[in-house]
Amino acid sequence: MDFQLSAEQAMLCESVERFVQDHYDFSARRALADQPRGYSRDHWRVFAEMGWLALPIAERNGGLGGSVVDSALLSRHFGKGLVLEPFLSSVLLGARLIEEIGTEDQKAWLLSDSVSGDAVIAVAHGEPGSRHDLRQVSLKAAREGDGYRLTGRKTVVTHAASADQILVVARTGGEAGDLDGLSVFLVSPDAQGLRRQDFHLADGQPASDLWLDDVAGALLGDAEGAAAPTLDRVFDEVLCAVCGDAVGAMEAVLTLTRDYVGTRRQFGRSIVENQVVQHRLADMFGALEEASALTEMTAMRLAEGEEGAARTVAGTAARVFALMRFVGEQGIQLHGGIGMTDEYPVGHYYKRLLTIEALFGSAAHHLQRFATAL
Amino acid sequence: MDLQFSPDDRAFQVEVRQFLVDNLPASVRERSERGLHPAKNEIVAWQKKLWRKGWIAPNWPKEYGGTGWSLTRKYIYNREYFLAGAPQVIPFGIGMVGPVIYTFGSPEQKARYLDDILQSNTWWCQGYSEPNAGSDLASLKTRAVRDGDHYVVTGQKIWTSFAHLADMIFCLVRTDPAAKPQEGISFLLIDMQSPGIEVRPIIGLDGEHTLNEVFFDEVRVPVENRVGEENKGWTYAKYLLGHERNMVARVARSQFQLNRLKRIAADQACDGGDIRRRIAQIETELMALEALELRYLSQEIAGDMPGAGPSLLKLRGAEIAQAIKTLTVEVLGPYGAVFLTDDAARGRNDGPVGPDYAHGALGDHLYQRAATIYGGSNEIQRNIIAKQLLR
Repeated sequence: MDFQLSAEQAMLCESVERFVQDHYDFSARRALADQPRGYSRDHWRVFAEMGWLALPIAERNGGLGGSVVDSALLSRHFGKGLVLEPFLSSVLLGARLIEEIGTEDQKAWLLSDSVSGDAVIAVAHGEPGSRHDLRQVSLKAAREGDGYRLTGRKTVVTHAASADQILVVARTGGEAGDLDGLSVFLVSPDAQGLRRQDFHLADGQPASDLWLDDVAGALLGDAEGAAAPTLDRVFDEVLCAVCGDAVGAMEAVLTLTRDYVGTRRQFGRSIVENQVVQHRLADMFGALEEASALTEMTAMRLAEGEEGAARTVAGTAARVFALMRFVGEQGIQLHGGIGMTDEYPVGHYYKRLLTIEALFGSAAHHLQRFATAL
Repeated sequence: MDLQFSPDDRAFQVEVRQFLVDNLPASVRERSERGLHPAKNEIVAWQKKLWRKGWIAPNWPKEYGGTGWSLTRKYIYNREYFLAGAPQVIPFGIGMVGPVIYTFGSPEQKARYLDDILQSNTWWCQGYSEPNAGSDLASLKTRAVRDGDHYVVTGQKIWTSFAHLADMIFCLVRTDPAAKPQEGISFLLIDMQSPGIEVRPIIGLDGEHTLNEVFFDEVRVPVENRVGEENKGWTYAKYLLGHERNMVARVARSQFQLNRLKRIAADQACDGGDIRRRIAQIETELMALEALELRYLSQEIAGDMPGAGPSLLKLRGAEIAQAIKTLTVEVLGPYGAVFLTDDAARGRNDGPVGPDYAHGALGDHLYQRAATIYGGSNEIQRNIIAKQLLR
């Protein structure tokens, strides 16, 4: 039992911290978020050089063989710096799905392009009304010759517009809600019959709704209709990393807020001299400590393949998301008016946190999942 | 980073679990499970069993009768102990005054008191709080005036658990009224049979008698019963308060109680959705607390303990324990409000009122309201956390 960072993990954290320090001052970040791509290809190359894109991929597939714990650590520092690059969607979701499902051939070319930073992968899973239920997929894939034709809708696909490959979760059998019949397809962003509506999310990430009308797709892997368990497992890993991201953002909010209440003066003294403010800070600190320890423990459980780890992930997301909402809200509250402005970072952290819940399921959603498995 | 304990530690875990299965008497477990106060004869017999096994005082140094276990083994032991439904060892001797005596006491005091504490031959109670000294303990007024080889002690202590059963009381008394509040306090060991001591019961919200007022009217205490130096008592008191930090989160106890709540809720077949969701909510909070406790343990093993850690564990541990007890009473529906002291319940000859598991739930719920008050109220804990944060 050991929560202390290994030497390699400490180096990893240090390298991300340095990257954030060098490239992510607040105004540079805002400029990046305002561009259509929403992130920097130059930064992405740094990600590749630093080995971050290779980290979650097994060594036999050209990666560094890092664990869920490492991914969560990396994400924590990205969250703390409000980093915009699509590490989560392209690597932890896209590349990991390819690694888990793809054929050896597919892995050989797709993963090497992902690890080198040459390919960014978007993953289209949500549909109108599916909320966060991975089984609620109606988009149909029909076999035609050697390939498949896909027809249906996908919603809020992050980084779809700039992706080099799009993975589309589709149904090759069964009905929406069924466990069986889910498959994953590779779709070219330029494919005929694919229409996009592009927009930005609250945290600056670009995303798109997709309409697929008889679009050509290649089956990922060679087994049709059996992707559900793998999707569940990879999404659990992603949720862990998302919790890491949230913890990083919470840490930043607490630091900002603590420093601010020490300088802001009202009624002739700094507002931190009010006990109500001190107790609020204490509760924010408690929330951060809980969320951070819980995320680490759950990541270790997943990494060690512990029985019941999937349920633990649902409970962790429920708890961490509730705690991050509290910290985010109180961050704005204790700042007062300045916390409401676009030019001050604290609200941007809040927007990151609310985007997390919107994209990956709210605290209530995950609590329901956890309770159902009680 | 990894979560598994070593194979040796896991073997130890199995040994502890088996010992508890083989030795914990059903009646002791039952009282503890219901949240009833321990019966003195029963818990003394149980503590003597632990003493014979050599496990009564894991936190003591080996030379004084401790186990010599690593921090990890102490954690595992405590966890298994409470998961088995065993009652907390009465803390006043083994958890509190014992460590003060072996750390700051004279060789004579160690020889005289420690063994009887380990064997549960002597019952101790804690003379800290006074009517006007609760959270602000340093403002205590009970005074001890030197008279030859004795101190003459006059004043009043309050909220003294088990004073009516105790042989000895350890007391904070003021020996220098002119000094700053923290600097004029001494730590005395006082025989409860001394002339001039009067114990008056305080009946709690649960209808039970565990709390007392203790009055001192010119009680003569030999100077040799002072621990350490005169006017240094605050230092020893603070040491004591920080001593039992590995139990403050009460994670295993709460997990045991939460599992019991799940069984009760299933039996009551109350509204599945809402109660289920609220039990799940508490369980996620408990999971987070367990993670926090493990991480602090890991940090402590690595020699680095964050200052605010124990405060956070105490604060959240108490809140969660309360939430479980509150929901337990709610799940019982109308039977949740049945008010029966333990004696009254056992004295009936017409069977239990309502389901058997209901007995004890209301009393424990009411008693647990104290969890956020004693040992430094949650408000005090938040002060401590904020102070660390703003350093």
